[in-house]
Amino acid sequence: MEAVFLTFILMLSIFLGFELINKVPATLHTPLMSGANAISGITVVGAISLAGTGQHDMAQWLGAAAVALATINVVGGYMVTDRMLAMFKKRGK
Amino acid sequence: MGATGLAIQLAFVIAAALFIFGLKLLGSAATARKGNLLSAVGMLLAIVAALIDQGIVEFQWILVGMVIGGVIGAATARLVQMTSMPEMVALFNGFGGMASLLVGAAALGAGDSNTFILVTIVLSILIGGLTFTGSLVAYGKLSEKIGSGAVTFSGQQIVNSLLVLAILASAVMFCLQPENSQWLYAIIALSLLFGIMAVIPIGGADMPVVISLLNSYSGLAACAAGFAINNNILIVAGSLVGASGIILTQIMCKAMNRSLSNVLFSGFGSVSSAETVVEGEIKPISVEDAFYVLEAASSVAIVPGYGMAVAQAQHVVKELCELLEENGCEVNFGIHPVAGRMPGHMNVLLAEADVPYDQLLEMDEINPRMETVDVAIVIGANDVVNPAAREVESSPIYGMPVINVDKARTVFVLKRSMASGFAGIENPLFYKENTRMLFGDAKESIGGLIREFS
Repeated sequence: MEAVFLTFILMLSIFLGFELINKVPATLHTPLMSGANAISGITVVGAISLAGTGQHDMAQWLGAAAVALATINVVGGYMVTDRMLAMFKKRGK
Repeated sequence: MGATGLAIQLAFVIAAALFIFGLKLLGSAATARKGNLLSAVGMLLAIVAALIDQGIVEFQWILVGMVIGGVIGAATARLVQMTSMPEMVALFNGFGGMASLLVGAAALGAGDSNTFILVTIVLSILIGGLTFTGSLVAYGKLSEKIGSGAVTFSGQQIVNSLLVLAILASAVMFCLQPENSQWLYAIIALSLLFGIMAVIPIGGADMPVVISLLNSYSGLAACAAGFAINNNILIVAGSLVGASGIILTQIMCKAMNRSLSNVLFSGFGSVSSAETVVEGEIKPISVEDAFYVLEAASSVAIVPGYGMAVAQAQHVVKELCELLEENGCEVNFGIHPVAGRMPGHMNVLLAEADVPYDQLLEMDEINPRMETVDVAIVIGANDVVNPAAREVESSPIYGMPVINVDKARTVFVLKRSMASGFAGIENPLFYKENTRMLFGDAKESIGGLIREFS
């Protein structure tokens, strides 16, 4: 049942994603991509639970490495997106 | 589920809502920055929630990972040049993929494993692995650390098919014998190899498609990892990213009038380009003469391409734009969807140079006005303004929507030399009656024009 439930969530969020992203104007496509990069760093949430088991086994080291990589995405992605979006100005401002 | 467990799940729900609302605010340039901030708050909330999970008994390695990742991420975000944004996004896609691969592999040791979980572990390793190496190759091509052309060899399709079969076979064996780790290693190695094989046949001009697609994969890999460790927020966030990448991929393919499979499986260089006989002659123009034409113009359209990024000419372009406006001339920019090396690349560069975003017109907006434009200035763009796409049926880019600069009264093409564009296609625009070539480095040529004005 769990699998069906998760698949249900998957289906709904893909449709929602299509609706949302279709409304993003072409001028913002680069910030959209770097922002999406940051969101894909959500893997950090999964990595945290694996890196903190305290078992000092392979899974923990892999988890810690995943935390580092995903954090690069999260921190770098949001910061660079903000840096870009700060540059977008309307005429006469 | 205890009180803490419930709090964690609730935090994930709120985080998902913030991601969604953040993306919604990205629908307008005026609210986009706020949207990004909301999305970041959502991420912070999700991370804090993950940290208070009672299953976590040791924080030191989490902290080490976060500090290392945070420093690298922050430094990259601050230091990266706007012209290098495509490389950075490619690299980040790769990191996201690798993180999902590691989470997938670690999940195997951590949790209980039924066939469904094993399949999702395979998927997160497979998608994550090919995203990682594929992105590294894309990064190498974009930063010109490796040749940016399409690498093709005879029997490539066969090699790739065998690779896919080997991956499938290893995946099946892995699900049947999860305790035998050699199948796991086989899947990891094969998916890493597959990422390389999938991206090398794709040429530099097709990079906007590849980078969008890899963006999508990095989200789908996170999604698969979410299934593997039974975590909702990974699935929601991952599929939002996956959907975003897929939409951008579609837009890019449409803008090149090519199907996705055509981009992925046939290097552009290998398209048999029929010899097009181009009539007319090249008419160069001096900076001085170009200035006289521009001074008399009342409407100018600037069409930038990747060459503007290479020459770092966006700031002088803005300066010229201001001088023209002071002279009573209306200036607009025409941005082709695949101008540059990633979606929206030109818009970011021009935003960096303080060009207001409402002055940047999309192809469909600028084309109907082209006949009223006195001077169209093409800066470092080639294929996206090639009239052969409309006129020459034998041209490999025939049918691709282009910006019709040739319909303007006069066209200036700023170009280094007569070499053809990335796609290697002859451009009849250069030979048209109303076209004048301004040879030289784009930054210097525009600098020359600015000096004439002042």
